[in-house]
Amino acid sequence: MVRTVSGPPGRIPGPEDPASPAGRPGHRGPAPRDVSSAQQRAAVFIRRHHLTPYVLLLPSAVAIGLLLFWPTVQIAEFSFQNYGLPQVAGQAPTQWVGGANFSAILSDPEFWLSLRISLIFAAVVVPLTLLTGTLVGLLLNRLGPKMSAFVSSTAMLAWATPAVSASVIFIWLTDPDGGVVDWTLSKMPSWLGGGAHWAGFSWTNAPLPAYTLLTALVVWQGFPFVAVAVLAGLKTIPAELHEAARVDGGGSWRIFWRVTYPLLKPIFLVLLLLSIIWDFGVFTQAYLVTGELGNRDEYNLGIYAYDRAFTMPPSYGVGSALALILTVILLIITIGYVRASVRQGATR
Amino acid sequence: MRLRSRRARRAGLNVLGVLVALVTLFPILWMVSTAFKPAGEIYSLTPHPLPAHPTLGNFRSVIDGKVIGLPYWNFLKNSLFVTLVSVIASTLIALLAAIAVARFKFRFRTSYLIMLLIVQMLPQQAMVIALFLDFRSLGLLDNLAGLILVYTAFSLPVTIWMLRNFVAAVPREMEEAAAIDGAGPMRIFWRILLPLVAPGLVATSVFAFIFAWNEFIFALTFLGTDTAKYTLPIYVTYFYGRGTVDWGSIMAASTLFTIPVMAFFLIVQRRMTNGLVTGAAVKG
Repeated sequence: MVRTVSGPPGRIPGPEDPASPAGRPGHRGPAPRDVSSAQQRAAVFIRRHHLTPYVLLLPSAVAIGLLLFWPTVQIAEFSFQNYGLPQVAGQAPTQWVGGANFSAILSDPEFWLSLRISLIFAAVVVPLTLLTGTLVGLLLNRLGPKMSAFVSSTAMLAWATPAVSASVIFIWLTDPDGGVVDWTLSKMPSWLGGGAHWAGFSWTNAPLPAYTLLTALVVWQGFPFVAVAVLAGLKTIPAELHEAARVDGGGSWRIFWRVTYPLLKPIFLVLLLLSIIWDFGVFTQAYLVTGELGNRDEYNLGIYAYDRAFTMPPSYGVGSALALILTVILLIITIGYVRASVRQGATR
Repeated sequence: MRLRSRRARRAGLNVLGVLVALVTLFPILWMVSTAFKPAGEIYSLTPHPLPAHPTLGNFRSVIDGKVIGLPYWNFLKNSLFVTLVSVIASTLIALLAAIAVARFKFRFRTSYLIMLLIVQMLPQQAMVIALFLDFRSLGLLDNLAGLILVYTAFSLPVTIWMLRNFVAAVPREMEEAAAIDGAGPMRIFWRILLPLVAPGLVATSVFAFIFAWNEFIFALTFLGTDTAKYTLPIYVTYFYGRGTVDWGSIMAASTLFTIPVMAFFLIVQRRMTNGLVTGAAVKG
């Protein structure tokens, strides 16, 4: 017998009463007889038709369907409608406007700017995060057990720092009035790029400094995950492989590219795709660093969609159209991620 | 000679390790140290890593609610309420689903798992637009119940994946032996599966806890102007961007908000990374 959870006739651990003690003899509550027999009949029906897994999946399917799947469908719907303040207030009917929202977006320079910012940000941050994380992972693998535990604990703390806290910390570190970064840069010798002109430098008022700050912030928060995943992968490689390569006279660089990288390639692929998805869609940190809406030349795609949807006067139709574009881009990358995961046997 | 070079290399690696640890820790240390500094030291022309005259003044003004007009406990209570209810709900729902996908063979099983992988990547800043309008018509805005619904559902894809691996790791033979001894499905669940999956439940709840505790977009959008309903992430950013910025208070609030998550993270560190690596992201 393989299906161990569906056993002999009786109650199944249904979603209605996960904590019910009915399975324990002697603890049966004073349930009315007809209810209990109705429940028994339902249980027999579920068993006979092999419905147990579906019953178990029902609560999660309903929650995900209503709160994740349905809103995504609605976004697609709204993006073809003139959904704005009058429609929400019920003063005017919602009308289908065809592709009007999309044609407005395509001729909107702010959309192209936000898309470009999202693309460039991901193109810079993803390689940086993967590189930093891989180097730290390789380092952790070669440190002694105590040192390795210490360094990975500190990395864990960076990972554990909530996005909101990390954002306000980095904004404070680079504050023009008392921030330690400006102070350090102003004290550094000029051949290192330092100098008095750094005193009072504002990092959040222009796109390039703001996104430099955001890059540091996202790499700081993102590299521990990569390091830990790479370390876990390294632990699966037999030590003899590396030793053999070293005896054959391979240097660390060659060994990494000829032995380690090919073996960890599936992990790197998944990490790459996950990082693209996360960094292209980064919201909380970007929202806070660019000053909580208002600096329109610093918007990435997600913030621009959010701004168009919610800033007065709200335009949920245009915001949804932008959100749909973001969603479609992310879904395309997600398909690659899912295929890579399935190929590794994740769903087995 | 050989031994010495190996020792030198080990020392070099250790120095490198300490450097990485220091760079990584620096922002967190700076947050905590700023939180204990009096205003004069925070805005001093030469910043020092440690407060010369440590003070609890920043924490006191945060806890008394000088800036926002409401004490810290109000927001801690909101955050704890939202987080705990959604953690319990999502862990229970995820356990049922995890048993289904780990223990049964049925149509749509693989499709369901793949669907979970896909929906967890949907951008929240997109879905928040539709959910805002839905919750508006349902009267769930400015309402912590709305956040609980969202947090429960949004942590499910990852919690189901994590728990699936823990359930699958319980040897079927134990359940089969119990079934042969005449134990019913409920008895097997309570006596065998649940105790063995308990560590997985802890790791999963920690994940759900961190997600709900940290969540920003939905709280920002749904809680609007009703200050008394704010959860801690919104409360922390409330200080920031409102005229003169009081960094001492922000860092104190941020410290109070961050420390519980870090404590949790370190306690279940190993489980967490195993779970995340093998469950949600990389199965390798």
